Amino acid sequence: MNMHYTILFYETPEDFARRSDPERQQEYLAGWSHYVKALRESGIVVSGAGLDAPSTAASLRRHGGEMRVQDGPVTETKEQLGGFFVIDVPDLDAALEWAARCPNNAVEVRRNLPPMK
Amino acid sequence: MNVHHAVEQAARDSYGRLVAYLAARWHDIATVEDALSGAFVAALETWPRTGVPDKPEAWLLTAARRKLIDGARRARVQAKAEPALLAMAEEARRWSRSDEDFPDERLRMMFMCAHPDIDPSMHTPLMLQTVLGIDAARIASAFIVKPSTMGQRLSRAKAKIREERIRFEFPDESELPQRLGAVLEAVYAAYGSGWDDAAGADPRRKGLTGEAVYLGRLLVRFMPDEPEALGLLALMLHCEARLEARRNAAGSYVPLSEQDTALWSRVLIGEAERILSCAAQAGRIGRFQLEAAIQSVHAQRAYTGRTEWEEIALLYEGLVRIAPTISTHIGRAAAVAEARGAESGLALLEAIPAETIASYQPYWALAAHLFKRLRRDEDAHAAYSRAIGLCTDPSVRDFLQRQAGQQ
Repeated sequence: MNMHYTILFYETPEDFARRSDPERQQEYLAGWSHYVKALRESGIVVSGAGLDAPSTAASLRRHGGEMRVQDGPVTETKEQLGGFFVIDVPDLDAALEWAARCPNNAVEVRRNLPPMK
Repeated sequence: MNVHHAVEQAARDSYGRLVAYLAARWHDIATVEDALSGAFVAALETWPRTGVPDKPEAWLLTAARRKLIDGARRARVQAKAEPALLAMAEEARRWSRSDEDFPDERLRMMFMCAHPDIDPSMHTPLMLQTVLGIDAARIASAFIVKPSTMGQRLSRAKAKIREERIRFEFPDESELPQRLGAVLEAVYAAYGSGWDDAAGADPRRKGLTGEAVYLGRLLVRFMPDEPEALGLLALMLHCEARLEARRNAAGSYVPLSEQDTALWSRVLIGEAERILSCAAQAGRIGRFQLEAAIQSVHAQRAYTGRTEWEEIALLYEGLVRIAPTISTHIGRAAAVAEARGAESGLALLEAIPAETIASYQPYWALAAHLFKRLRRDEDAHAAYSRAIGLCTDPSVRDFLQRQAGQQ
């Protein structure tokens, strides 16, 4: 029986910069478009999206009942979430195989919890 | 020689021998590995004071035996373990005093790791761990498996060996060919872990190729007349000979047909050729000899400047009859395309069932190449995209991107 796994793609500031740099944008996008195409044509994609750069993020945090909104992501790490795919594959090994094909250098795989009743 | 170096050397040379020796008598690989790692720690503590003993293996065996006694006491199985422990003590004493070499039972160990009762996907990891002492995390990375999962699978396999007393004995005549086949497959899988395809990518990426060649040499030492063991070693050595030619100065991937043959190792090619002709003397052809023969034809380009594609195509036709794997079918299609034209190659490629190649990168890379040659630009474009998207090696991805761009 197949399971849903989420592949989370982490990108460096450099990766995010390439997205909007006219000279490197095309190469960046080409790498992803081939990967996305291979995923989709293999018929395993449940859903997925690329995410805007972390600088566009807004985070909310409740402090003692008071909600504070701030600019930027929840955690300030060097690599930030740049996009994700939910895929439908038999097991973790298969999910890792797909993760290994992604064009960037840091990627995390997690099994999705079953939907809540 | 400094002590740490001496211990390391002993570890590499003796680890498999000691595991094999102990596992044959104790039937519990996990316990044996624990005892042995305890013995190596003891050696690191003791040898700097006492010097490295003349017979490090006998010393390590004695130390490991002590750990096993402690363990047996705790598990209250000492009475049952007593005869084996006594025999070990006697044997350790004998080896430390005689010129006799420590017994080498690694071949039995390899056969046990490839036992039909053990999940075939675990044959290679088990062999890498027990014969070479490679840790689960490194094995996991080589096969792209979660390390904790790999650890659990290894433990389960060892538990099965212990509980079901999977026999350590050498398989008898009737089951030997099948069991040997499994051992060869396991060694080849270790070699293949560093590759996208046997003719291609960078072995340094994951790097179990050196270990696989070591296992291959070990097999041949134990079975010098077995043609398929020789064939497998020849195959791996032919691939190893091209190590320096697979990347250009900029580190980019160079496909076999464009490699500078001046960079191929003549020494390794020569050794592979000698081994392959030894194998042929048995008059018993097999999958690995055929694969090695194909690589041997490729190697001739270093001397003649050309590749005899028709010869390679014929060898592949033999190979698909013995080993009809996807990779063999694709190799044949590539050879036929070179020998008899892109259309003939494409026809073979298109006969492969679609569901088997949906995510098989070499298929799409070859399809793209053949479409391009036939000027079917749209098909080529789509196939290149698919091949690039399925790549795990960035340098192969770059190579395909350049190929796609040259349309």
